[in-house]
Amino acid sequence: MSELLLDTPLSGIRVQRTPRKWRLGPLLAVSFLGFLIIAAVLPQLFAHSDPLAIVPHDAFHPPGWAHWFGTDQSGRDIFSRVIYGTRQSLFIGLAATALAMSIAIVLGLLGGLGGAYLDRGVGWLLEILFAFPSLILALLFVAVFGSGIGPLIVATGLGGAPGYARMVRGQVLAVRNAGYIESAKALGHPPLRIIIRQLLPNAMRPLIVTLTMGVGQAIVWASALSFLGLGARPPAPEWGTMLSMGRDFIANAWWLTFFPGLFIVLTTLSTTVAGRYLQQRLEGRLA
Amino acid sequence: MTSESLVNELPNPRRERLARLGRRALWRLLGGVLVLWAVATLTFFALRLMPGDPVLAILGGPSGNPTAETIAEATREYGLDKPLAVQYALYLGRLVQGDLGVSYSQHLPVTRVLAEQSWPTLELTLTSLVLAWILVLALTVLTAGRRRWVSSLASLAETLSAALPHFWLGILLLAVFAFGLRLFPPAGSDGWRTLVLPSVALAIPLAGFIAQVTRESLELTLDQPFVLTARTRGLSDTAVRFKHALRHAVLPGISLSGWAIGALISGAVVIEVIFSRKGLGRQLYQAVQAQDLPLTIGISLVVAAGYVLANILVDLLYLWVDPRQQEHAA
Repeated sequence: MSELLLDTPLSGIRVQRTPRKWRLGPLLAVSFLGFLIIAAVLPQLFAHSDPLAIVPHDAFHPPGWAHWFGTDQSGRDIFSRVIYGTRQSLFIGLAATALAMSIAIVLGLLGGLGGAYLDRGVGWLLEILFAFPSLILALLFVAVFGSGIGPLIVATGLGGAPGYARMVRGQVLAVRNAGYIESAKALGHPPLRIIIRQLLPNAMRPLIVTLTMGVGQAIVWASALSFLGLGARPPAPEWGTMLSMGRDFIANAWWLTFFPGLFIVLTTLSTTVAGRYLQQRLEGRLA
Repeated sequence: MTSESLVNELPNPRRERLARLGRRALWRLLGGVLVLWAVATLTFFALRLMPGDPVLAILGGPSGNPTAETIAEATREYGLDKPLAVQYALYLGRLVQGDLGVSYSQHLPVTRVLAEQSWPTLELTLTSLVLAWILVLALTVLTAGRRRWVSSLASLAETLSAALPHFWLGILLLAVFAFGLRLFPPAGSDGWRTLVLPSVALAIPLAGFIAQVTRESLELTLDQPFVLTARTRGLSDTAVRFKHALRHAVLPGISLSGWAIGALISGAVVIEVIFSRKGLGRQLYQAVQAQDLPLTIGISLVVAAGYVLANILVDLLYLWVDPRQQEHAA
């Protein structure tokens, strides 16, 4: 019934929309993500002190009015550092997810459309990548190409790619025999055009949610690698690097590690909640 | 199946089932060997492409300061003067015979290092996996399909714990329970007390992930007609949940556990570094940084083999818990 309705042109029919009800969880999640985006673009809006300014006599201040999140061993304000770190963490998360998805699309298309042999080859490649715990892959990668933001993004992206590739392949297999693909073929469109205009958009729709959550996971991954000293170099305000520096002082200055970690958790939590809300809405409308 | 074949073969369903499981395990093992070969190859070439001369890594890294003669001698001794393809072939040949070479940085046979370091990591990952499943079962079976606030509270707890990065959790646990309350030692790998904090740090995020899918499928299962049937037979609520609903509901969680073992091993690297535990993870981290080629490949192989084996087990467990799947699988 609903499929019928979706297939018939809607002109002339007034679709009654139920007013959107925002529940508390998604609202908080989206607000926090919005805050992060603003903080990434304009960190000086929220943080008034320089994230790199060293003030020796201010070292190890516990959280208080002057320094909301306290100060670190060099007297740098942790709140400023966390806010300034947003840009790098978000950028790494987005870039790594984009990279993982690009690899996944290529592999998924090859597997889904390339015939039995290619499909088996792709399946085997994915099996190998899965058997390689992603952190080992990342360690090797960073060992070969050196540490820094670029290798960090590639290593994180490579770690996420096999999971996405498996999903893309499944979606491509599910979509490739759909009626609209047949009709596009019958109309004589070239294969590349069908792939770009029909196949990919339809195959990717269910993956939007996974991608939303994937950005949060990528941020966690990248900060785990930075934590091991494979990412941004120490004085840089990056969440994982801050955690790794603060680790030496956990016995007496908990705030050095608590707040950067809290931001990582809140970011992942927000992407998860927002992603799930998106899923409900998409399924609700598509069903 | 026709009635004729039924009479002729006199099938023993249990034996047939086992035979089918065995065949499947064999196939998967064969695939696993190919995967291991690929892992060894990939690691070999990745480390050879690394900047820096492997001879210097053997002779003690950047601080070694060896003379020209010792370099030439070590190059010959480790066969590094041969072309890369020959080195690779020689390496694979030794690998097949179970000889993993000598570690560059520790000057010990790799197999011995592996034997020493494997158990602590296995102990850590297994404890975490078991702990995670205990948490999952306790949380989901007791709260799924209950009053709304109960299940949304439990659901919130799951989402939150799935979002916790294990390295941050590890640091927090260390700060509170090791340095604050002094209940557990902050470092080391001897005795069960050193195992508590690291395995909790690994288990909680994992439990969050598995519990999310288990709750969803348990809630679906509790609406099934067979659950109603069980209730009308007078079974208690707990019995219905544990004896009937659970077997259906754990399936997605079981298949997630295969993935979880990979995640646990990756997590173990970070956790072992944080808690200064003995183990493959920390060893690997050091081996890669020291450009210790034989040790890195050795650890990668052991880890990949563990992952492949665990996934075969998970696969078989899945088929055993849900016999319906066997018809598709065979």
